Amino acid sequence: MMRHTLAVLVENNPGVLARVAGLFSRRGFNIDSLAVGRTENPAVSRMTIVVEGDARVLEQVTKQLHKLVDVIKISDVTAEEYVDRELVLIKVSVDPAHRGEVMQIADIFRARIVDLGRRTLTLECTGNDGKINAFEESLRPYGIKELVRTGKIAMLRGARFTGLQDNGTKEEVQ
Amino acid sequence: MQKRGAEILVECLLAEGVDTIFGYPGGAVLPIYDALYDADIRHILTRHEQGAAHAADGYARATGKPGVCLATSGPGATNLVTGIANAYMDSVPMVAITGQVPTSMLGRDSFQEADITGITLPITKHNYIVKHVDDLARTVREAFYIASTGRPGPVLIDIPRDVSGAVTEYRDSGPVRLPGYCPKTEPDPQQVVRAVRAIEESERPLIYAGGGVINAGAHEELLRLAEMLLAPVATTLMGLGGFPGDHPLSVGMLGMHGSKYANYAVCECDLLIGIGVRFDDRVTGKLEEFAPGATVIHIDIDPAEIGKNIGVDIPVVGDVRRSLQRLIEQLQPRLASRWRDKIMQWKKEFPIQFEDNGRVKPQEVIREIYNVTRGNARITTEVGQHQMWAAHYYTFTKPRTFISSGGLGTMGFGLPAAIGVQVACPGETVIDIAGDGSIQMNIQELCTAVNYDLPVKIAIMNNGYLGMVRQWQELFFNRRYSYTELDNPDFVNLAEAYGAVGMRVTKKAEIRPALEEALRIPKPVVIDFLIEREENVLPMVPPGEPISKMLG
Repeated sequence: MMRHTLAVLVENNPGVLARVAGLFSRRGFNIDSLAVGRTENPAVSRMTIVVEGDARVLEQVTKQLHKLVDVIKISDVTAEEYVDRELVLIKVSVDPAHRGEVMQIADIFRARIVDLGRRTLTLECTGNDGKINAFEESLRPYGIKELVRTGKIAMLRGARFTGLQDNGTKEEVQ
Repeated sequence: MQKRGAEILVECLLAEGVDTIFGYPGGAVLPIYDALYDADIRHILTRHEQGAAHAADGYARATGKPGVCLATSGPGATNLVTGIANAYMDSVPMVAITGQVPTSMLGRDSFQEADITGITLPITKHNYIVKHVDDLARTVREAFYIASTGRPGPVLIDIPRDVSGAVTEYRDSGPVRLPGYCPKTEPDPQQVVRAVRAIEESERPLIYAGGGVINAGAHEELLRLAEMLLAPVATTLMGLGGFPGDHPLSVGMLGMHGSKYANYAVCECDLLIGIGVRFDDRVTGKLEEFAPGATVIHIDIDPAEIGKNIGVDIPVVGDVRRSLQRLIEQLQPRLASRWRDKIMQWKKEFPIQFEDNGRVKPQEVIREIYNVTRGNARITTEVGQHQMWAAHYYTFTKPRTFISSGGLGTMGFGLPAAIGVQVACPGETVIDIAGDGSIQMNIQELCTAVNYDLPVKIAIMNNGYLGMVRQWQELFFNRRYSYTELDNPDFVNLAEAYGAVGMRVTKKAEIRPALEEALRIPKPVVIDFLIEREENVLPMVPPGEPISKMLG
């Protein structure tokens, strides 16, 4: 089983998320994470979908996604050079005695403290999967009260891009 | 020009060439029905929204044009669901229009509110809810475009009541612009070359043709290809009529209830050319043992069908007709084929047959229907044993003459579909071959047939059982006939009550005269054939077995 990161451009129509999510569940594909937001073109949204499966599953996922009228373009960036980021917010319970330690950990991961309560610290960290997981593990001993992750977003490195402007169309997928 | 939403809808339907709508009124579609009152469109009032959906489906299958059905919000819309799912599974172009509660009432569990776009998400090719009257014209145009191009399918348009009632300045919506929808019609030349090479290298090619051939209007090209290669042609249930069943190269249907020679051909071919098919489980049986020694070419307009169920060696994605034309251009005709000769031998050795014991055999009834109509009728069916007997014993030679629920297997499809077919083909003989179970699922549509003088004939293969389920109980559940025996109404009296003509056949000698008389009567006729009760559909591949293992 391999994890694939798909960049999916969709029309910014109501219901498009339901169409994509519904497709995954009824065809039995597993979504690892899904992040969605608008792009440089307000009429177009971009979904970054991390999906687990072998080559056959991925082929079906891609083809079935293409059949959705609202889906404009799909790029599997997994095999390419790409930057991926995820943001996490973690609320840890810390008594004043341990506050320094937690702040040190935050420093190491280049995380930021975004809120400070009497017995809690809320930290924000961005990075790839590995970094976020390591950050979470480092904080676990102090007691994580709450954790939320955005899901991964990804972009190709260098001059290459997966936007609307390049000549990739649905027809390139057979 | 200022127009109401409902008037815009009607105008757009006319612009799409719609001449008939099958529908059922209700509160949320009142403005639409008001616009239809003096519109130049024929509206057929069914007795149930499901009937309207199946009738639109039948109309579409008979003509190739999108069928249109119309229902109100809530239960009206949900009653369309089976019909839409049926059209989706069989790739039938259809536009379903539903009324919806006013936009201000949406999401508040209002009276007769149902989230029909949500409900039909997985069973439509695409769907819309129109929240502003200015979007209506464009939406209708897109819906017809999507329904009828590429791999056809149903599209639903949900129109809130205030949108159909609103007045706006009506302008032409301009050409369809859908960046996410561009069906690929021209096949990749390299794949065509690979396919040509594989065909040239093959000794034992078999063509496996499905509904995609009929959808693409590729029956002539298919005939040409088969004759060039001297290749036997097996069709799916959906493909019946796509290749002439009386042609020497035809091996009939393959799969669970396929002919022995078709299934043997699949097992022994060295090249399988799938054309407009989807390698459905009713065709392949145990997947691992399907066409074990064959290179597989798969020609289809839908790229997602390639490799969905079975590994494909050479994918040819494109319009089936164009793809076949490209192949034919590059192929040389064969002069002789030992493989063809072998298949001819098998056809003689393992014919599809039944035992004639002097009683009313369903197979005999179907064969007589073929004889008295000289094969020129449009046949619809319900789902079950009678459907398979129709596939086996009526020889279909022309596309769009066998109209049956393939993928979804919807009991209750045949009668409303026959109504749609009869509306589309007024001068033709339309016969619904039915079972005593299925016919009761939409029997209310007899009233529709009578109301509109649609002289459809309904031949009920009445064995007092849900026959196909009973057959499985007999074969795989130790004859424990759990709730499959039916206590039926008197179908003759029922027909008469609806204003149709009812007849009953209890003896073999009565079969032909009854059919001849029914065809002479210019009204809907129900013939209740009391058939041999425990007759089975054979041959049969038990579920999950390879298709070489046939019973019967």
